[in-house]
Amino acid sequence: MTIRKELNGSSLVYQLEGRLDTNTAPELEKELKQDIVPITDLVFDLKDLDYISSAGLRVLLATQKIMNRQGKMTVRNPQEPIYEIFEVTGFTDILTIERD
Amino acid sequence: MEKQTSQLTVKASLDCLPEVQCFIDRFLEDFGCSMKTQMLIDVAVEEIFVNIASYAYSEEPGNAQIDVSFDKNESGKDYVRITFSDAGIPFDPLENEDPDISLPAEKRAIGGLGVYMVKKSMDQVFYEYRDHLNKLTICKVLD
Repeated sequence: MTIRKELNGSSLVYQLEGRLDTNTAPELEKELKQDIVPITDLVFDLKDLDYISSAGLRVLLATQKIMNRQGKMTVRNPQEPIYEIFEVTGFTDILTIERD
Repeated sequence: MEKQTSQLTVKASLDCLPEVQCFIDRFLEDFGCSMKTQMLIDVAVEEIFVNIASYAYSEEPGNAQIDVSFDKNESGKDYVRITFSDAGIPFDPLENEDPDISLPAEKRAIGGLGVYMVKKSMDQVFYEYRDHLNKLTICKVLD
């Protein structure tokens, strides 16, 4: 997985590319822990994310809980199979998902 | 399609997850299954294998065996059947209660999602304990 970050004041965009699975989720969690303390607007751009498993969902859920307290979090442009995983798990009701 | 079967035995360890997924993906790609179905199967495979790697063996890690086959069901549709076997502590992961997915983020538990995703996304999931082995089988019709 590759993480590209774009920071603009208290807004942060994480662009994720590749696979968010058991082996890569801890890396994302570590990066977020370092970055999100001063952030009030967090965006995950999933356009280039090919795969997500429950390990990745767990990180998104934990991050959503944090952002609910300090600002907002948006998930942008998940590919169709990933959107389906969000639906199956009820994450479409928890996450704010924007699709073009 | 003729019935095809294949088998892989690996150490029940997280390091072996990519090998297990490659093994399954090669099979699915040969069949030409849709990206969506392939991903749902990959996710199910990951959830099940990670559970075995994390919980099946309390001390020395043992092996996990994965059997995959393609066949036609009663209505003539192609489906894939994958069975995971391990010689660890007898445990039926399907007995766990499903998480309440209608709760808001604040109240949602972080765990318990994996098995639930497997149950919801596969056409059939069943567990048996036979010959001192845990056997968990998933079936998915291919489109």
